[in-house]
Amino acid sequence: MNAAAPAAALEAEGLCKSFRAVRALDHVDLTLRYGEVTALLGDNGAGKSTFVKCVAGVYAPDAGVLRVDGVATSITTPDSARALGIETVHQTLAVIDTLDVAENLFLNREHTRGGPIGAWLGVLDKKRMRNETGHILERLGIRIPSLRHPMGALSGGQRQAVAIGRATAWGRQIVMLDEPAAALGVEQAARVLELILNLREGGAAVLLITHNMDRVSEVCDRAVVLRQGRKTAEVAVGDVTKDDLVAYITGAKSQQAHS
Amino acid sequence: MVYAAAVLIFGLFAVVLRDDGFVTASNLLNIGRQAAPIAVMAVGMAFALGAAEIDLSIGSVAALSSLVVADAIGSFGFAAGVAITLAIGMGIGAVNGVIAVKVRIPSFLVTLGTLGIVSGVARNLNNLQSLPIRNDTYLNVFGAGSLGPISSLLIWTVIVGVVGHLVLHQLRWGRHVLAVGADRSAAGALGIKTDRVRITALIASAAAASLAGMLLAGRLAIGRHDLGENLLLTVIAAVVIGGTNLFGGRASVAGAIAGSIVMAMLNNGLILMGLRVADQLIARGAIIILAVALSMREQKET
Repeated sequence: MNAAAPAAALEAEGLCKSFRAVRALDHVDLTLRYGEVTALLGDNGAGKSTFVKCVAGVYAPDAGVLRVDGVATSITTPDSARALGIETVHQTLAVIDTLDVAENLFLNREHTRGGPIGAWLGVLDKKRMRNETGHILERLGIRIPSLRHPMGALSGGQRQAVAIGRATAWGRQIVMLDEPAAALGVEQAARVLELILNLREGGAAVLLITHNMDRVSEVCDRAVVLRQGRKTAEVAVGDVTKDDLVAYITGAKSQQAHS
Repeated sequence: MVYAAAVLIFGLFAVVLRDDGFVTASNLLNIGRQAAPIAVMAVGMAFALGAAEIDLSIGSVAALSSLVVADAIGSFGFAAGVAITLAIGMGIGAVNGVIAVKVRIPSFLVTLGTLGIVSGVARNLNNLQSLPIRNDTYLNVFGAGSLGPISSLLIWTVIVGVVGHLVLHQLRWGRHVLAVGADRSAAGALGIKTDRVRITALIASAAAASLAGMLLAGRLAIGRHDLGENLLLTVIAAVVIGGTNLFGGRASVAGAIAGSIVMAMLNNGLILMGLRVADQLIARGAIIILAVALSMREQKET
């Protein structure tokens, strides 16, 4: 690790979220730093996706503080998260099967044409969006047979690639990826890891949810482990073995008792 | 597929009914006139279904609109009367949408309720009596009039079809309707205001129904509590035959219009064949099931 810790991009402090009687997140503290990839680990139901959804503006946390670049913010909608530079690939991918690739990539950030009137009406600049989609996918090394295909006609891996492309294409500074390589073939999974490393290289703060310990040791700098909604460990990936990580996840080992 | 069906049914009737005047200018015009209100409602319904909502109140909104417009143009003149009618129709759509979204009742049930309420109001409005329309401008624009050789009903169908198609394909809102209909939580996760999209889709379908009611009133030169009331199922069949998914995410305006023409040809052809009403119902029901089945199978394949 560097002597000086990189600046914090996103700080979550005491984040809580309950669904009826279930405490999905119980006072979780988590910091994402610029130029770092943080793994968020934990068993199914540990609260990983809930954490991501709270930061992405999909869920409203019951308690806790979120700071972006040191400034306390309230992220109440997906739009406000995006406005703060936070992009997310959800576990479900959030792609629309009946729309085509370009339409998905630009969904809810469409280019319009026809000046202010066109913008008010929402007249789509399809040509521009298709062109840019081609460039974005090319830059990310994602191969899609035709941009006019509906998303539903693509393979699982291609769909995932588009979802990841959508989150990473905008030069955003905070990117959260929920199980991004789950449905990918070997080559495409490698491409995703490359993408993540590129993001880090570019100075972005990346959060990566995964069950794959190899991936953690390949691309992650730090790992945070959740168990039953609580943070049970936070370690530098270089300091621990994969077995240690698994032990934290299963609860065989615990680093910090919750205060 | 719906286009093939339209051609097939047309060809079939043309051969079977060659001596009964199916392919005469006057009968084809008649089919066009019958198709117009169905098509206008179908375009609106395509947006509601595209957004994974459904609007069962369109028939009663059309009926109420026929009465309201007959009354309002008498009191306030042509333009104001039409505007008031459209505003009332859209208001009903807004009520449907807001209740469905904010109270979290499926639009199927909300609009089933407003269907009853609106038909009741229409029946009370003029004690089941029809209201004659004597405003020439109105009758020209919404009814028997024509622009050159082209009937005004046909012009309305084309306008609604073109506008609907452009809105669906060229405007952000059209894409958002399909996104919300295909996967509401995904659309929400991307920041699309799903509530607003669902409400506006139901307003669009009510507005179309209101316009269809005004066309029915124009065609008959009266407003009546039951005009268009029985078109609901015909409209849904037309939309679904046209390739719109009954459960959201996929919609076709051109298909909805083609589907409406298919439905109008069926009505017309079965009558010309001299079938008794009971047999017409049976034949039409069977053909609709067949057409929808084929249309849905095609959707699965693509």
